[in-house]
Amino acid sequence: MALNFCNNNSLSSITALPASISGGGLNLISTQTASSSSTLSFTSGIDSTYKEYIFKFINIHSSADAPLTFNMSIDGGSNYNVTKTTTAFLAYNAESGGSPALGYEAGRDIAQGTGFQDISYDIDNVDDGSTSGFLHLFDPSNTTFVKHFIATANTQFPTAYSGNYFSAGYGNTTSAVNAVQFKLSSGTMDSGVIKLYGVS
Amino acid sequence: MALVKYNNNSISSVTALGSLPAGGLNLITTNTITSGVSSSSFTSNIDSTYDTYLFKFINIHGATDGSEFTVNFRDGSSAFDATKTTTAVYYYHSENDSEAGGSYKTDGDLAQGTGYQRLMDGSTSGADNDQSLCGDLFLFSPSSDTFVKHFIAKTNSAMSWDATGNYFVAGYCNVTAAIDGVDFKFTSGDIESGVIKMYGLSKS
Repeated sequence: MALNFCNNNSLSSITALPASISGGGLNLISTQTASSSSTLSFTSGIDSTYKEYIFKFINIHSSADAPLTFNMSIDGGSNYNVTKTTTAFLAYNAESGGSPALGYEAGRDIAQGTGFQDISYDIDNVDDGSTSGFLHLFDPSNTTFVKHFIATANTQFPTAYSGNYFSAGYGNTTSAVNAVQFKLSSGTMDSGVIKLYGVS
Repeated sequence: MALVKYNNNSISSVTALGSLPAGGLNLITTNTITSGVSSSSFTSNIDSTYDTYLFKFINIHGATDGSEFTVNFRDGSSAFDATKTTTAVYYYHSENDSEAGGSYKTDGDLAQGTGYQRLMDGSTSGADNDQSLCGDLFLFSPSSDTFVKHFIAKTNSAMSWDATGNYFVAGYCNVTAAIDGVDFKFTSGDIESGVIKMYGLSKS
């Protein structure tokens, strides 16, 4: 093993800190990269360590015109079927500048359903089409309260629109949520990255 | 003093980083509420250290069904009464699917008002044992003595009528005096439990 030396009063060649040292308020837990992936699942690192977890999804590119969706698990990823009540609304504008609007998306909300929740609008399956955004999951290990989430995404959707999509709600369970899965409503995630952070 | 050695390319036996910055998001204060309090205030460390302050409120549980979680700002006196002009947008969906929708919330905004700003709609914030609200609030450049003080907040709530509510509030304190305190409370009843954290976002 090569010896590492102090560089004046700074440290060189360091790539990791002890677990007891926080990396700051936003702590990267894991990263998953899509490659024609039908699902991306986070089955570890979601526990009582943090009161809030943030998923950042970056340039998710789809094989079909479809939204990115997510679901939660209370059994470590064996089943993604937590009961949810949610809202969804969309602000959009065409690249041509015509007909911008804001409206509730009645077909994309959930009332005590167990299915996957859309967290983006339909991703345009063109070479430069993708979606990027955030999903905040609050206090997933709490066994007293429901499990709130808030998501925001911007999406290039067919044909040639920019859509800013907002979804939020709660997993109506007092069981601990310990895994989260992402997938498209149809097709595969051909590329893109999803990062999981814990907020100190 | 014990010698601290490198362990491959990691550092072992280190428990603190001294004056090193902790990263872009710096936890300043945590208010943990485990029994009823009328309000949760942050009255120190809001200054020029950071350009942006972030408050995260997690599983705030109210004592009174149907009360509203609110915020106000202190601008030089001991009172939380900064003049504000704000907007509010609200979306909702009931668990029984009978009601869904949303729009601009005309009774949720303020026009040069000094009262507390709602962070959720009226008749919200259910007090059932499993009901709570979560969200965050960004406060920009509170110590500026030139500009108004902008803030942006978003909240999700399990509401008293068994529905989810998603609420977006933004606006500005229309003062050039520094904002040096922030207060959260319900319009009626105590905050029974919850956590509110205040972070500073590093300038560089």
